[in-house]
Amino acid sequence: MPDPTDRRILRQLLADPEAPAAELAARAGVTPASLWRRLEKLRASGVLKAIEQRIDWRALGWEVEVSLRFTLDKTEPRAFDEFLAAARRVPEVTEIQTFLGSVDLRLSVIARDMAHWQSVYRERILTLPHVADSDALMLVSTIKDSTEVSL
Amino acid sequence: MTQIDETDQAILRHLARDATLSAAAIGRSLGIAQPAIWRRIRRLTDAGVLAGRRVVLDNAALGFGVTVFLGIRLATKGRTSLEDFERAVTAIPEVQVVQHVLGQFDYRLRITARDISDFERILRRRIMTLPGVGQVEANVMLSEERRPGPLGQDKAG
Repeated sequence: MPDPTDRRILRQLLADPEAPAAELAARAGVTPASLWRRLEKLRASGVLKAIEQRIDWRALGWEVEVSLRFTLDKTEPRAFDEFLAAARRVPEVTEIQTFLGSVDLRLSVIARDMAHWQSVYRERILTLPHVADSDALMLVSTIKDSTEVSL
Repeated sequence: MTQIDETDQAILRHLARDATLSAAAIGRSLGIAQPAIWRRIRRLTDAGVLAGRRVVLDNAALGFGVTVFLGIRLATKGRTSLEDFERAVTAIPEVQVVQHVLGQFDYRLRITARDISDFERILRRRIMTLPGVGQVEANVMLSEERRPGPLGQDKAG
């Protein structure tokens, strides 16, 4: 279990993930060696799962992002597994979540433009198995995107 | 728009998994000299392709066992109501993600809470009291995976 010092380190890391290690150590009130040791331990125990690089798809020419929400045909016991396996094979899918609620699954799907979106939707999304219902939310803008929690 | 080749894609695949990898480590993995990797990372950074780091924690291990996605429809629309709503919703610490969308809802939110009763408190005291909020739909997240997207898969081996 992470102790108060670990939490302090994680809080500083969340607040400024780009900060150099020495800076982070100073803010958390630990030595750089201790910071390194603790981060390694947090990684090994799985508390710190990853420090990922965000990719700005729009800068690479992927202008369209859609949040697709699905309900599945639950009379088919393998519906979830088969849907997930098929969704993982769609290269334009960047996120997959499963839910308890009125929606069973959500995919984030990106496309270069609206014409490309239309072909992705027709050829790769409408062909996903066991879909009972779906709806689409087209992204206009991201106002906040953090992974912060109140540690 | 920035054009990228297969080597850039491979670099992005590495960094998307671990942003702390050094140019030397990526170079070793791809069999390319470190200065060449460094120059490419510099170019991708300048082009705005590398959009900052995302720290991914095991929220459950830290006492935040519940993640909920909300769809929110505003009851009143207009420029000021959007701005008021956005200002208020981004200030809520438990709200991690706010996206303005087109479709059945106007906004989608991602919320982390300690448990279901903590979520209920956030929903009642903070979300339902937001300016202009109308219909709200909540779905509790069970699992999540991020995909490399169109960067493609690593070659076998």
